[in-house]
Amino acid sequence: MLRRKKRHRLGMSNTDPSRFHKSQMKIYAYLVPICLVMLLPMVYIAVSAFKPMDELFAYPPRFYVKNPTLDNFRRLFEVSADTSIPAGRYLFNTLVNTVVIMILDAWIAVCVGFVLSKKTFRGKNTLLQINNMALMFVQTAVAIPTYFVITYTGLKNNFLVGIIPSLVVPTGVFLVKQFIDQLPDALIEAAHIDGASDYQIVRKIIFPLVRPALSTVMLLAFQGAWINTTASTMYLDDETLKTFAYYIGTLTTGGSVMTQGIAAAGALIMLVPNIVLFIVLQSRVMNTMANSGIK
Amino acid sequence: MKKNRFSVRKFVNKHSSFVLMAPYTLLFSLFIIIPVGAAIALSFTSFNAISRPSFLGLSNYVNLLTNDAVFMQNVLPNTVIYAIFVGAGGYVLSFFLAWSLSQISRIPRTIMTVILYSPSVTGGVLLSTIWSAVFNGDKRGLLNSLLLKLDLIDSPIQWLQSGDHLMPIMIVVGLWSSMGIGFLAILSGILNVDKEMYEAARIDGVKNRFQEIIYVTIPAIKPQMLFGAVMAIVNIFKDAGTGVTLSGANPTPDYAGQLIANHIDDYGFIRYEMGYAAAVSTVLLILIFVLSRVVSRIFSSEDE
Repeated sequence: MLRRKKRHRLGMSNTDPSRFHKSQMKIYAYLVPICLVMLLPMVYIAVSAFKPMDELFAYPPRFYVKNPTLDNFRRLFEVSADTSIPAGRYLFNTLVNTVVIMILDAWIAVCVGFVLSKKTFRGKNTLLQINNMALMFVQTAVAIPTYFVITYTGLKNNFLVGIIPSLVVPTGVFLVKQFIDQLPDALIEAAHIDGASDYQIVRKIIFPLVRPALSTVMLLAFQGAWINTTASTMYLDDETLKTFAYYIGTLTTGGSVMTQGIAAAGALIMLVPNIVLFIVLQSRVMNTMANSGIK
Repeated sequence: MKKNRFSVRKFVNKHSSFVLMAPYTLLFSLFIIIPVGAAIALSFTSFNAISRPSFLGLSNYVNLLTNDAVFMQNVLPNTVIYAIFVGAGGYVLSFFLAWSLSQISRIPRTIMTVILYSPSVTGGVLLSTIWSAVFNGDKRGLLNSLLLKLDLIDSPIQWLQSGDHLMPIMIVVGLWSSMGIGFLAILSGILNVDKEMYEAARIDGVKNRFQEIIYVTIPAIKPQMLFGAVMAIVNIFKDAGTGVTLSGANPTPDYAGQLIANHIDDYGFIRYEMGYAAAVSTVLLILIFVLSRVVSRIFSSEDE
């Protein structure tokens, strides 16, 4: 390898440097402002969530809060008391949906990923290609036929409608399959010789080895489920079955300053777990994404 | 009884691939294959969700191409503009940012990756809460107050209700939230490029960073570039509701933020002309399919 100094003089790139060097200044010079701009709207919402009424009304709007208060959070859970359904109920629905979807998505992805990666049978390639094509499947494009499928399968106004459609995870299957591809076949053959069934192989060998990929699948599942409003707006009539994101949505319509604080508090509750989970899982996610390429 | 049970277990073990695939295949058929098939089938009919569909032949498509002024003058141009700026633009931006991040050391890189990635997790409701604070039509809206302060405008502008401003706003919001999973794939691809390749390229006469990117980095991460491109395409059409979410109305003011997916909703769920909506859906599916063929042609690493 060339010395860093020499590389710099030659104007060469220096991928994944181990420490700061003044040649990186140029990159920081634009990355930092871009990051700040990206962050700004989110910071504003986070700050607004803690603003008391008079500061929400203050003009010009401020990016800081003088007398932080938890009033908005309290009112968020109070307002809903008028509609006779506590906000906690919505939050509970979202939590149940999210946890179930995360577990089932991971389970489906590892089973299907294993079969598509390590088993050989007729038509496997076709199935793989169908799944790859489904990577770019856009649910909104076929919202109407999906509506009929959900009506005919009896899922309408059923709590499960928030869960079952989210179990179709072409991206998750794809990522886990790519990850399993790089596990040696010998591992599975050895287990077969020892008399293990495929189910035992999936449970005892594949599952522990693909954990980084499964964290990614679960992260994606979380992100999808946590902010999902489709089921609540389209398929559920019963208010007690609807999700927290839907409830926050009902607060923002109108967009008056009165509800801005409450909506901000709700948005913060939606946003924070998302970001925290990504921070916790990011190294595993990056590890999975290294194998994500479509050949 | 015992014998029967035994044979079930034998069957399950023998056909393990089938058993492991079955739940996913079933759901995949229910929520992807059947809806796509049904959309194509319905697109040749007239259907109002109550009476039986009646066969029309190609007339929905003919109407779409010749009679639907909104589609031709608003929806299609909007979709193209949105696709160019948010799809292609967002893709280039995510490559550029990913490359920049790869040039700095680990801890600041991780922090900035989290910052750049987090907007992409804010779909729908969250997005509208966050951005309606910025583009609020009263003088307390962030943008209005800033412009008022700088004396650039005299009175607050109704950003989200104005046909002139909605599309640029959708593009800003779209770009803001486009550093998603495709961006992570590209970043992680760049970080895993063998450093020896840069050495070899330098000996072969590659002189600067730009050439390195073109001749070494991009060819080395073609698979990730393709994955990123596919995710960029999905991103264009997935959150096609942005205009409707932000303005709170479908159709959007002056049809300024109307994209294909909104047009489908408009006909399907508001006017109940489901056959016609299905024709629009089919056009959208074909569009996505063609785009994806184009990008896989560009980034295919198998031929050559």
